[in-house]
Amino acid sequence: MAAHLKKRVYEEFTKVVQQQHEDLSAKKLRLTKPSKSAALHVDLCKATSPADALQYLLQFARKPVEVESVEGVVRILLEHYYKENDASVRLKIASLLGLLSKTAGFSPDCIMDDAINTLQNEKSHQVLAQLLDTLLVIGTKLPENPSVRMRLVEVACKHLTDSSHGVRNKCLQLIGCLGPVEKSVAKEAESQAAKDVQKIIGDHFNDQDPRVRTAAIKAMLQLHERGLKLQQAIYSQACKLLADDYEQVRSAAVQLIWVLSQLYPESIVPIPSSNEEIRLVDDAFGKICHMVSDGSWVVRVQAAKLLGSMQQVSSHFLEQTLDKKLMSDLRRKRTAHERAKELYSSGEFSSGRKWGDDAPKEEIDTGAVNLIESGACGAFVHGLEDEMYEVRIAAVEALCMLAQSSPSFAEKCLDFLVDMFNDEIEEVRLQSIHTMRKISNNITLREDQLDTVLAVLEDSSRDIREALHELLCCTNVSTKEGIHLALVELLKNLTKYPTDRESIWKCLKFLGSRHPTLVLPLVPELLSTHPFFDTPEPDMDDPAYIAVLVLIFNAAKSCPTMPALFSDHTFRHYAYLRDSLSHLVPPLRLPGRKLVSSPVSPSITSHEDPSQQFLHQSLERVYNLQHLDPQGIQELLEFTIRDLQRLGELQSELAGMADFTATYLQCQLLLIKALQEKLWNVAAPLYLKQNALASAAAKQILEETYKMEFMYSGVESRQVVIIHHMRLQAKALQLIVTARTTRGVEPLFGMCEKFLQEVDSFQRCFISELPHMQGSFVDKLLDLMPRLVTSKPSEVVKILQTTLRQSTFLHLPLPEQLHRATANIIEPTGESDNPLRFTSGLVVALDVDATLEHVQDPQGTVKVQVLYPDGQAQLIHPKPADFRNPGPGRHRLITQVYLSHTAWTEPCQIEVRLLLAYNSSRSKASSRIPKSTWNESLEALPPSENGIEGTIPFSKPVKVYIMPKPARR
Amino acid sequence: MPEIKVTPLGAGQDVGRSCILVSIAGKNVMLDCGMHMGYNDDRRFPDFSYITQNGRLTDFLDCVIISHFHLDHCGALPYFSEMVGYDGPIYMTHPTKAICPILLEDYRKITVDKKGETNFFTSQMIKDCMKKVVAVHLHQTVQVDEELEIKAYYAGHVLGAAMFQIKVGCESVVYTGDYNMTPDRHLGAAWIDKCRPDLLISESTYATTIRDSKRCRERDFLKKVHETVERGGKVLIPVFALGRAQELCILLETFWERMNLKAPIYFSTGLTEKANHYYKLFITWTNQKIRKTFVQRNMFEFKHIKAFDRAFADNPGPMVVFATPGMLHAGQSLQIFRKWAGNEKNMVIMPGYCVQGTVGHKILSGQRKLEMEGRQILEVKMQVEYMSFSAHADAKGIMQLIRQAEPRNVLLVHGEAKKMEFLKQKIEQEFHVNCYMPANGETTTILTNPCIPVDISLGLLKRETAIGPLPDAKKPKLMHGTLLMKDNSFRLVCPEQALKELGLAEHQLRFTCRVHIQDPRKEHETVLRVYNHLKGVLKDYSVQHLPDGSITVESILIQATAHSEDQGTKVLLVSWTYQDEELGSYLTSLLKKGLPQST
Repeated sequence: MAAHLKKRVYEEFTKVVQQQHEDLSAKKLRLTKPSKSAALHVDLCKATSPADALQYLLQFARKPVEVESVEGVVRILLEHYYKENDASVRLKIASLLGLLSKTAGFSPDCIMDDAINTLQNEKSHQVLAQLLDTLLVIGTKLPENPSVRMRLVEVACKHLTDSSHGVRNKCLQLIGCLGPVEKSVAKEAESQAAKDVQKIIGDHFNDQDPRVRTAAIKAMLQLHERGLKLQQAIYSQACKLLADDYEQVRSAAVQLIWVLSQLYPESIVPIPSSNEEIRLVDDAFGKICHMVSDGSWVVRVQAAKLLGSMQQVSSHFLEQTLDKKLMSDLRRKRTAHERAKELYSSGEFSSGRKWGDDAPKEEIDTGAVNLIESGACGAFVHGLEDEMYEVRIAAVEALCMLAQSSPSFAEKCLDFLVDMFNDEIEEVRLQSIHTMRKISNNITLREDQLDTVLAVLEDSSRDIREALHELLCCTNVSTKEGIHLALVELLKNLTKYPTDRESIWKCLKFLGSRHPTLVLPLVPELLSTHPFFDTPEPDMDDPAYIAVLVLIFNAAKSCPTMPALFSDHTFRHYAYLRDSLSHLVPPLRLPGRKLVSSPVSPSITSHEDPSQQFLHQSLERVYNLQHLDPQGIQELLEFTIRDLQRLGELQSELAGMADFTATYLQCQLLLIKALQEKLWNVAAPLYLKQNALASAAAKQILEETYKMEFMYSGVESRQVVIIHHMRLQAKALQLIVTARTTRGVEPLFGMCEKFLQEVDSFQRCFISELPHMQGSFVDKLLDLMPRLVTSKPSEVVKILQTTLRQSTFLHLPLPEQLHRATANIIEPTGESDNPLRFTSGLVVALDVDATLEHVQDPQGTVKVQVLYPDGQAQLIHPKPADFRNPGPGRHRLITQVYLSHTAWTEPCQIEVRLLLAYNSSRSKASSRIPKSTWNESLEALPPSENGIEGTIPFSKPVKVYIMPKPARR
Repeated sequence: MPEIKVTPLGAGQDVGRSCILVSIAGKNVMLDCGMHMGYNDDRRFPDFSYITQNGRLTDFLDCVIISHFHLDHCGALPYFSEMVGYDGPIYMTHPTKAICPILLEDYRKITVDKKGETNFFTSQMIKDCMKKVVAVHLHQTVQVDEELEIKAYYAGHVLGAAMFQIKVGCESVVYTGDYNMTPDRHLGAAWIDKCRPDLLISESTYATTIRDSKRCRERDFLKKVHETVERGGKVLIPVFALGRAQELCILLETFWERMNLKAPIYFSTGLTEKANHYYKLFITWTNQKIRKTFVQRNMFEFKHIKAFDRAFADNPGPMVVFATPGMLHAGQSLQIFRKWAGNEKNMVIMPGYCVQGTVGHKILSGQRKLEMEGRQILEVKMQVEYMSFSAHADAKGIMQLIRQAEPRNVLLVHGEAKKMEFLKQKIEQEFHVNCYMPANGETTTILTNPCIPVDISLGLLKRETAIGPLPDAKKPKLMHGTLLMKDNSFRLVCPEQALKELGLAEHQLRFTCRVHIQDPRKEHETVLRVYNHLKGVLKDYSVQHLPDGSITVESILIQATAHSEDQGTKVLLVSWTYQDEELGSYLTSLLKKGLPQST
């Protein structure tokens, strides 16, 4: 055998030498490779001690092996395997075999026989386990070969009786991963391995070693995952494992029981020690509930998590999980929840507790008290009170899932969820608030519950407060006192944390529109109107007053009697708010108010139409006016731009669209203005001043095009073409201006060439769009292309100039949805007069909190810029974890910026702003181009196309007062 | 039969003066050494003369274990060790060792300086006593002597409270001390592994109570404090210096932090500052939240809670004050109470139980006019609230602990007899284990059935397991070997080795038996028949017919001779060594039944 192997090695040698002749230049790498397996062989032969051999193997393992030589290497390794006496070296070889068979593209069936053979004479348990692991790798690499798998499973079954737990572990793992899944396969193969794998694994459920027991359960779960239907008989076995001494066994057993309960929910199982029978899913539910009070928290987490997904359980069992009978001194006591409920239903106000308020009532029959309830009783009560927050979170999640599927359970678990709002760990609080929001459709909050919920509004954590606002948005409140309470608490919140303004207004908007009838009786009080006296008009800029109005106006939308209660100034304020906060204040049908009610005439949707119409009309107007005299065009453009900008301010829905088109028209205007310059008619050197204007225009157009391309979400390829086209025009303009102002031709050569390359790449990128661009600059340019390529720069410039003047201006089609990326820095507010003092040379952390809207991939693009008074700018990349995503299209950036500077004599302001980074190679255009247009590899792309990177500032800068002090000696 | 004896000297069907004697496998251990709050005479300390009338306690006790620092668990310690006399080791956890002397010193001061008692232990005695203490870590197995070992488990309740496992050989006892199965704001829940002790000695303070969730109570408490503070009122919380006070501090501190409140919180100084210092040090003993956040900030370094000065009580505006003592019977808490009682905006919250006769008890029972010393009448207008925060396991918690530990017997202490009765019945009913509840001075004897470990030589083990079917998990297996009892140790070795070690010569023991068979045929034919018969019956054994006319079955020899008188009767001689006794006796009985009739 050894001689044969050696021969193979030399064969390989010669074979590769031949290849050397064939393609020497292309595949140089191969030269070294044959010597690799041979070198391994030589090394291993040289090795005098096991330690040496091990060193060689370790070194060898560090380098990858090519697919073609894997088999050779494996042979050499096997040869040494048989010769080797030292177990550790054999172990390493075995693990190397596994690694090698993982090599992509290598099919390990050729080495399988050898690998199985090695198992025969192996004495060391560790090596055996490693070899089985290798077999597992081989087996998983050959998924479509049932006979091979069969054989491997057979081998594994043989070694199941090994005395070492490691070997048994691996055997079970192998059976789990490779065991036959379809029954038919098992029947076809008539060998012994056709024995039911489930039974083989099941026999090891009571192995003496806990690790093997765990492995057996895991193998069973693996089989289940691979699609084998587990037998119901396993259930009783698994139940016994729940009482195992070892946590990993219990944890796995809980999973197995859960799997079985999902497979056979409706089967009937007997209750031990009684004649009754229950559904399997109920029984399993009870058992898993029991594990929620297990000694090990890993098991508790596992159990609590799984409870959530057992939705078939009957409601009777489900409701038991929240049940906990209290007693004191053997007398029945009501829980605080029950007391609260009673107080509420008796109509009494909570008067604060008296001594003995919770005094126990009736005596309990001592026999009837069941201290250790079997089954589901109080599982969630325990889970929610657990000492580990992981368990509590899992329990809350499970509650959420169960409550979503069962309204009655949702109603019951409310008290417990409300309690969780006071957990000591913020994550748990947040989780329970989110949970409550998710189930809010099924529940109505009682007043006392609302009270506890609202108390959390004072939490100093912004996340908690905002989550709570979201919750209140979709909560049902039962009484008008509840609404009043909520309003009062929200206003309190507003005064304490003024930055929550937007979120609170939004919350009140929904609160109002959901409960119009409850708000109605509160209106006089809220507006502090009086039947006889005129009350002073409230301050319109007071956020609290706006909050109240938002609530009332939204309620009035579906309550036509409400406006009758308004006083005069309320109507005025309505008109103002409808204009300034149109997203919060709905259109109302107000009696006797023509001005307000007229636009709302017949249909509700109509209010969108006129503005949209206006937008389109103004655009039409512009696009149709191509042949007017330049003066007229300029004026019209100016007016339209002004109109559009105003429209964007008024109609938030159309802001993106309006801004986008306004920017485009602005570009056009600049271009026209630049081309109107007198400089084109006069000799170059005389017009340095004007040329500054033209080149500035070109520069600005370039900037604007980048903004258009990267700042708006929803831009489609049709728009991208137009933007790129505009950019091309700007570049042409730049070229012309440079040609006019520079003397000498040399610099122009390079520029022309570059420009032509760009035209070329434009053509290639947007070839499909070209037919739509009849008469445009690029269209004409492409016609002239053959001439351009051959002509001198001066001529090129001339041609460009004429085409630029003659080209029509392109119609910009508008996409369905267009949103401009915006950012708003909430913190720092920039209002502080106290400078942030720190020792120069050290660092100070500045908290930055900002909301981002319509930013795609903020993690990659949004940067923070800090501008120091000395003009020094610093760009900071926030961590990906600093971005949160509270809703679609919205992002929150909460990060810390580290500032440092040398000492200043007096405090000064720095500017903080957010930037949107872009990279034209990542541009939407290039990503959208169909592959076919590329044909060649990426190298063919002109370098200019993927080089341009830049940033667009997209938030208002905020000033921060800082003062680096000199360090004290 | 080995047995464990348990005698409570205190806390037997009673609360207070915990002191339990345990004798286990010849070792005597004293669990806790407390004093009784209710008595001021001799009854306040356990009766140590029960242990020995004359002679030193050290000779009778192997060690003393203190579960936690409450005085009803450690109050008698200096008296016991210094005045009665005990020099052996005293075991307690590190926090207990740190805090215990502070409390003892305080206790001594009150008794000696305030009440003027003589013949009480001195400060020096406390110091000397603490020198005998050996501190242990959680889950550390401490070898008290060769055989006795103890191990501490986390018990919740107060900082440093521990449950102890006492183990001698295979017998073990777990003593819980006081414990809490639900976590609170500063401590975690008690935990024990499945150690299956012979006896679990558990406290049973709340044997008949199942408590409501802690969250409701906490929320109520916070809400009340918050509302009062918002109204501009002052809140007085009378507390005892250690334990609950820290929990409430943490509770208020985190709430202030969370809700961004600004009103000051004060803590009356003295004992507490020292104690807080220790709470800061022993972070590992606290709950998950405190342990996790202490890298940023140690929760016991209070941001909002400051030391109280007497002058602050007259400051205007809202404030919260923790003041000692807890029952409003004297000291600072009473002074502040008198100042604030007149204003209905203010509030007093009693966080614990109040003894009859104290101001605390009076106001809790609704009295609005109090007669102070000097015939003054104090009208109480402030609100009075009661809020119980107790850190003992309730009935469910006790059951849960029993379920976790799986003991073979349970013994209840530290509770009232009537309540224990109920729990005892429940435990017996649900776990099917014996439950005991001895009174003070009453001895309970528990029989144990300890397994005795025996060392087996590896060669023998391998040889024996190789024989017969493969070892089946968890099933007992029969083995042959020689049990050597030498130098107080047991070893199972193969017979040859035993002979060698003992220097004995080997003797062969052979049994021979004659079986008469009626068979008229010739001898060798009979032999052949026997051979065929045996071959047919004993399929798994090697049956051989030797040329000299005898049969061997394994190592058993069978020879046939004709009867000297009656030729029709053949005598079969069966001979076997004692090792093959089983097979040999089986063979004889088989042959006695006769041969099957050959046709």
